[in-house]
Amino acid sequence: MKLTLRNLRLPLADFTLALDAEMSAPVTGIFGPSGAGKTSLLDLIAGLRRPDSAHIALGETILTDTAARLFIPTHRRAIGYVPQDLALFPHLSVRRNLLYGHDAKADATITLDPVVEIVEIGSLLDRQISAISGGEKQRVALARALLAAPRLLLLDEPLASLDHPLKRRLISYLRRIREEFKIPMLYVAHDPEEIRALCDEVIVLEKGRITMSGSAKEFATSPS
Amino acid sequence: MNGEDWQLVGFTAWVSALSTLAIVPPGIALAWLLARRDWFGKSLVETLVALPLVMPPIATGLILLKILGRRGPIGGWLHAHLGMDVVFTWRAVAIALGVMSFPLLVRAARVAFEEINPRLEQIARTLGASPWRVFWTITVPLARRGLLAGVLFAFARALGEFGATIMVAGNIPGETSTLSLAIYQSVQLGEDPRAFRLLGISVVLAFAAVWSSELIQRRARK
Repeated sequence: MKLTLRNLRLPLADFTLALDAEMSAPVTGIFGPSGAGKTSLLDLIAGLRRPDSAHIALGETILTDTAARLFIPTHRRAIGYVPQDLALFPHLSVRRNLLYGHDAKADATITLDPVVEIVEIGSLLDRQISAISGGEKQRVALARALLAAPRLLLLDEPLASLDHPLKRRLISYLRRIREEFKIPMLYVAHDPEEIRALCDEVIVLEKGRITMSGSAKEFATSPS
Repeated sequence: MNGEDWQLVGFTAWVSALSTLAIVPPGIALAWLLARRDWFGKSLVETLVALPLVMPPIATGLILLKILGRRGPIGGWLHAHLGMDVVFTWRAVAIALGVMSFPLLVRAARVAFEEINPRLEQIARTLGASPWRVFWTITVPLARRGLLAGVLFAFARALGEFGATIMVAGNIPGETSTLSLAIYQSVQLGEDPRAFRLLGISVVLAFAAVWSSELIQRRARK
């Protein structure tokens, strides 16, 4: 499914996020240093922020079109989001976290059991969020986003705080998710290793502008 | 304690509870708007809401008297259309208590909302939850201790209100007299034993309410 971003403009503290792009790969990596505008871009796609101007469409569905004064609210976009801080609901058990989005959707096509099996969190379901480890939290946040059956999954540096062995494990989970559910993903990272391991296409963002766009192979051989 | 004292305690607790319950929905809604939204006139509303905290209570009472009296805009309308009088009735007591404790409820609730990571509410929306569902399933449960502490604190403030109440409701025994008004009257009449008895009851009630509020807030911070 193609994600179209046209004439996107959003003033940030030190620069303006300004880009035009089309993304249609199964997994598109968004690479760049901290403060390049990556999270703001995901927020705009998810409808958590309103741009000064933009035409954002997912497939045939127009999500934001400032010229036409069209803005689909976040809860009707069907775009999953795993933020950097995971934002797990601390007052709910793992199971209630997982089913939060699933329960809201009568037509959710992804069910609990296969997701729980893929990310291996079956033994955690009745625990409280405060009682699980960092790596487990990452998997719960990923599973929760999947269970809402999104049309697009936004992952904001989901592995940033993990050590290398745990990163490798989670990358294998992400690969399985990609194969099983075929949900297109935007994967934000500032670690080139993660991008190379997971993504098909890459956009490099610096100070709100695209400085490189191409395949993961091209990214791997690029000077940066 | 005699029957009259019990009636006084019962009326004060009842009218304080009633006024607190009445301000909970608008207080929480306003606190949420102040904590989570930017809107035109926000600072003006913030100031207006805080005014009863800093103005002399008797001045707030005078404003209420002018608004709720038979010649006032609201009191006049109520008298003309519903045949209802407000000033010098229990309704005036409830309104005075509500107005005086409203800022405390709004402040506590606002802090409770501001302490919630807004990312939690945003991510709930990406999971398909409507703003209403997010409010009831994420915001309120996470703010519940702060909200409850605010409600108790507002109740405690209502229990001890004096200045605005005496201005707008007078001190009619069995009708509008509350604990604080009765203490004042007892002292004026030289009935010291009664004044001290009522003082003791006031201290116990206020202590219980404020202590519960503090305990809840401490648990909320953990």
